[in-house]
Amino acid sequence: MNCKQATRLLSERQERTLSRKEQMALKIHIMVCRGCRNFGDQMTALRSFSKSYSKARASTDHNAGDKNEP
Amino acid sequence: MNYAPTSAQQGPDNPTSASELLADSQFLQELRRQMVKFARLQLQDDDQAEDVVQEALAGAMKNVGSFARKSALKTWVFSILKYKIVDALRYRQRIIVTSELADDEQREQQFMDSLFKSNGHWHSAERPSSWNGPQGGVQSEHFWRVFDACLNGLPEKQARVFMMREFVELESEEICEQLALTTSNLHVILYRARMRLRECLENNWFDVPREGP
Repeated sequence: MNCKQATRLLSERQERTLSRKEQMALKIHIMVCRGCRNFGDQMTALRSFSKSYSKARASTDHNAGDKNEP
Repeated sequence: MNYAPTSAQQGPDNPTSASELLADSQFLQELRRQMVKFARLQLQDDDQAEDVVQEALAGAMKNVGSFARKSALKTWVFSILKYKIVDALRYRQRIIVTSELADDEQREQQFMDSLFKSNGHWHSAERPSSWNGPQGGVQSEHFWRVFDACLNGLPEKQARVFMMREFVELESEEICEQLALTTSNLHVILYRARMRLRECLENNWFDVPREGP
């Protein structure tokens, strides 16, 4: 498995359960590849950013809005 | 922050406060502005964004009596807006024209080649870094501006699919059905969108040295 294939699976596992074979190959790759390990963490981070996006936007914009116009 | 609308722990507080809020023109304007922004990002069409926001607000006005807290009201108004956006997107599926596809493919190929060597391993300069550094957990207003800019930089189809999946939180099957995509199309589009987003965030936020704590 190379990094291109590993990153593809790291994205895809957010939509589907990987097969045992895929999971195993991915696990081995991740163990030796820091870049892909970071990529995996980043996929999780992207999801959580997206989840908090509208809430964070609403609250920061609102606070910012309070300062505008009397 | 503590926005979770669990009515159990709230009890029945003042039932008029939400309707007062919607009558407060400054609050309403601000809310409307945030909604339009959110809708524009996803629809990439100003008129249509205004329309869905109008509809969502009208819906909110009708049922406002049931919402006591400001944060709950906001969460709720945004969830109505999400459904309106999905409705609008549904009418647009035909816009994904096949003639664009050849260009798309070439562009994606180039992007991937810029990240990976021919053996499929990262170019050393492109290897993802850890996001746990000082820029890590900081989801400041500045961070969200960068995030917005990165979202805006995605090719339209990728942005739309990504937002349906991650913002509106639709399941894969629903998105495939609505946009007439196969499952593997969907996986590829999401992969590309995430690839670009993470690249953009890393270059413009996480790897940018900043002064101060």
